[in-house]
Amino acid sequence: MIEQEEKQKPLNFFQDSGGKKGILAWITSTDHKRIGLLYLYSLSVFFLVGVTLGLLMRLELINPGKDIVEAQTYNGFFTLHGVIMIFLFVIPGIPAVFGNIAMPLMLGARDVAFPKLNLLSWYLYIFGAALALSTLLVGKGAPDTGWTFYAPYSIKTGTNVTMAVFAAFILGFSSILTGLNFLTTIHRMRCEGMTWFRMPLFAWALYATSWIQLLATPVIGITLLMIAAERTLGVGLFDPTLGGDPILYQHLFWIYSHPAVYIMILPGMGVISEILPVFARRRIFGYTAIVYSSLAIAFIGYFVWGHHMFTSGMSGPARIIFSILTFLVAIPSAIKVFNWLATLYKGSIDLKPPMLFALGFIFLFLIGGLTGLVSGALATTVHLHDTYFVVGHFHYVMFGGTGFAFFAAIHYWFPKIYGRMYDIKAATRNFWIIFGGFNVLYFPMLWAGMMGMPRRYYDYLPEFHIPNIISTLGSWIVAFGIIMMIITLVKGFRNGKPVGKNPWNALTLEWQADSPPITENFEELPVVTEGPYEYKS
Amino acid sequence: MEKNHHIVGYITNIWVWVALVVLTIITITVAELDLQMLTVTVALAIATVKAGVVLAYFMHLKFDKIILTIFLGIVLLVFLSFIVLTFVDYSFRTTAI
Repeated sequence: MIEQEEKQKPLNFFQDSGGKKGILAWITSTDHKRIGLLYLYSLSVFFLVGVTLGLLMRLELINPGKDIVEAQTYNGFFTLHGVIMIFLFVIPGIPAVFGNIAMPLMLGARDVAFPKLNLLSWYLYIFGAALALSTLLVGKGAPDTGWTFYAPYSIKTGTNVTMAVFAAFILGFSSILTGLNFLTTIHRMRCEGMTWFRMPLFAWALYATSWIQLLATPVIGITLLMIAAERTLGVGLFDPTLGGDPILYQHLFWIYSHPAVYIMILPGMGVISEILPVFARRRIFGYTAIVYSSLAIAFIGYFVWGHHMFTSGMSGPARIIFSILTFLVAIPSAIKVFNWLATLYKGSIDLKPPMLFALGFIFLFLIGGLTGLVSGALATTVHLHDTYFVVGHFHYVMFGGTGFAFFAAIHYWFPKIYGRMYDIKAATRNFWIIFGGFNVLYFPMLWAGMMGMPRRYYDYLPEFHIPNIISTLGSWIVAFGIIMMIITLVKGFRNGKPVGKNPWNALTLEWQADSPPITENFEELPVVTEGPYEYKS
Repeated sequence: MEKNHHIVGYITNIWVWVALVVLTIITITVAELDLQMLTVTVALAIATVKAGVVLAYFMHLKFDKIILTIFLGIVLLVFLSFIVLTFVDYSFRTTAI
């Protein structure tokens, strides 16, 4: 009987290949879950390339002077490490993977609004990524400008800047299309009864993110084209010898790249807002405040770009305005953190791996956020600008924040995606290795930066030796933890215990779908009658 | 009155075209004058009016739902803030020099 019933059931999205075979069934699929997985696998490869470059940089810095590579190679390493991690992993990471896989399910929709456009976004992503990586292999080598491509050096250097800039331009298109798709999906495809304020907070976070992707990304596109025009045609936009202004480049670059920081962190915050109520068995505290804080972060985030330029020669009044605006953006961020903590209060906390990574996020993001305020204050930033303090700060935000949220998300939605559970004990151990290693790796950077060690330098003075040794040791611990995490997840995928629809007893709609979900997500579209976090505490 | 029509008449289109040509002539004329700090402001203001006319008539925004105008307004506001904040830097830098 059961077998008969199962035969009548629609195929899940792994089984339903749309009549195609092998890799074609994947790279021509317009199913949002398959596209999400395409992103997951390709992103993971690029992430590992970025990690390898980071490890090589840390190895080079274990002692003063030359250890493994020449200075020029080191410059290429840190540029590509930044380009890969920012443009190929952190920016697309959570929206492209988990936004694609989970968001339509959470909204009770059958797919995103424009499935073909969704696939095109992935193709653009792969094309941009291939172009970025090929700068290593062709021409005069990887760009050595840092991921920010600051003019006038980026105009003058003989390395492959034009190609890398073009890669970032293509990746921007991918980002814009994903944003457009998600905005339309959220506006038009919510199931019956899902009003705006019954929408899960992850979807709200993606909504705010998508607006940034749509409005800010074109600015970087134009800026990068201006760099290319200046390099190839000699137009005097940024080069002072041609009458251009290098600070104009910094303005244009950061008009996009600072809002992009919120493209990176907002979806991560959305993931945390999903996980905490499930594993604390509590209704989320301050749902509306979290929604508005997401929108406020997205909005204020447009106006704080100048804090990257405090020591660039920008005028005094502009510096004061940007510093005040920077402090303003801390308010909605803090609202989120306080609401998360209040959600935990008196909850029945279950320290499963997704919850551990979520708590790790809060702890590390707090350090990242507070060190951000130190860098955003005009007096202290003069001392700390372009030191390892800033490197430590943004790794606490980007890796400790977005990276940990990504790991939390994969551990949270893994049973939904694959229909199997990983080894909880091993995953818990992996969390502690990564969390411990993370702090050994990045905390000494804050310390070295306070002592005045400049960033992006190939060599350093002997007084910075100890923090650098500790930091390099930390990099090995983190790398070991990441390898163990991958092994645990792959083992879970192959031999994990099959799970039902809802192993975490969560209330959002994706947990009403099968694990793995069927091709069109639901046999019958759900009807929503209450909010997504009505846990009876 | 025109809100009831989705097809803009030839006469209106011609007037819009004339307005765009006149505004272009003004842009070129103003560029010849030495307005110093105001040069960019004036050029951007004229360009904004021209874009507004194109959006309203040629792209039918005037005859569409108000929500689209509101969304566009927010985008323009954000864009305007980019320019204002950047020029806060430039104008004070110029004075200092």
